Amino acid sequence: MQKRLKIYFLLFVLSVFNAGNLFAAEEFDVKKFIFSHIGDNYEWHITAIGERVISVPLPVILIDKENGINIFISSRLRNGASYKGYRISKDGEYANKIVYTSVSGKVCRPLDLSITMNSFALIINCTILLIIILSVARWYRGSRQRAPKGFVGAMEIFIMDINDNVIKSAIGKGYEKYAPYLLTVFFFILINNFMGLIPFFPGGANTTGNIAVTLVLALCTFAAISFSGTKEYWKEILWPDVPTWMKIPLPLMPAIEIFGVFTKPFALMIRLFANIMAGHTIILGLTSLIFVTVAMGAATNIGMSALSILLAAFMLFVELIVAYIQAYVFTLLSAVFIGLSRVRKHATN
Amino acid sequence: MVLLTFLQAAAPDLHLGTLGAALGAGLAAVAAGIGIGKIGAAAMEAIGRQPEAANDIRMSMIIIAALVEGAALFAIVVCFLAL
Repeated sequence: MQKRLKIYFLLFVLSVFNAGNLFAAEEFDVKKFIFSHIGDNYEWHITAIGERVISVPLPVILIDKENGINIFISSRLRNGASYKGYRISKDGEYANKIVYTSVSGKVCRPLDLSITMNSFALIINCTILLIIILSVARWYRGSRQRAPKGFVGAMEIFIMDINDNVIKSAIGKGYEKYAPYLLTVFFFILINNFMGLIPFFPGGANTTGNIAVTLVLALCTFAAISFSGTKEYWKEILWPDVPTWMKIPLPLMPAIEIFGVFTKPFALMIRLFANIMAGHTIILGLTSLIFVTVAMGAATNIGMSALSILLAAFMLFVELIVAYIQAYVFTLLSAVFIGLSRVRKHATN
Repeated sequence: MVLLTFLQAAAPDLHLGTLGAALGAGLAAVAAGIGIGKIGAAAMEAIGRQPEAANDIRMSMIIIAALVEGAALFAIVVCFLAL
């Protein structure tokens, strides 16, 4: 068994010998490669065999004052082509986004509701999440006090661990109201992180590394905190229990507290976004080592390719752990903030 | 004074923005390393003193490491914008 593993590992690393000089001596732009893979696209690029590019074209939905509603397939905009006055801008302010030239000559953006790669990935991941969770829930409907086994048992361990150790301990009494939202957030982030690590279709889309997605998650937490805030909570923000000179004439402490109300969800957003995006960037950077050293001769190329594959495999393991930890920390901090907002009046003596 | 004028004249060719971004990212990595290293050291010591509490200590260590890393990642995001 050990010998077989060693042979597989050696074959895995030696597969770089096939790299060779597949590319003509065109300059490999590492920054463009990385940013195009962690950014959003109108087509889901899968691979390129020789000259043929294989990608899944996605629907483009545009709403505009001048041109009305336009829905078409994004393959019409390939290679810089223009369709009904719309084109994908090459660079500048709206790089890689659909623009059109208005009658006044200005280049501007329509209301873009397209199903881009990240939107499509979010739809796929939500479908997977619904299938997993609803099938587990359906098992419990006909359970009659059995203990779950197999997949349902494993899911129960995950769910009850988050429920008891995170949600119940952070919120205390009345945690049942918030458990659905917090458990949903945990599994949503977890599934999206895991699917982002799978390098082929339908995985590999950088959803939680997109700041728009994490912004919405942070806004949901902000809404949960604000709507569950008791009167005592708002009193402690706007008129805290501090010496009077910090409140009048200049409301120093209230200003700091209001600032804090916004920075806590903001930190949640940035933490998740930066962790996942940085992980993908590192893996993409290590992979591009192979292409950057192509022009430096076969020996350097093979050596760097072997090193790149080993490091990228290690980084993927690290990213698996980071995926779970980031989902856990987001849920934990949301639960802690919600628990803090449900503060009761302290006994003053 | 003369140095500043020279620096400003040569600024577009020297890519000072990219240099600043790279230095900032390195500094952020050093800061994260020091912070998380101290957390790990304290956790090791605590587990050594009371091995029964190892699970609680491990969970607390991971949570606080994620928070410290969050601060370092603020810096990384700014460096990405300056790249």
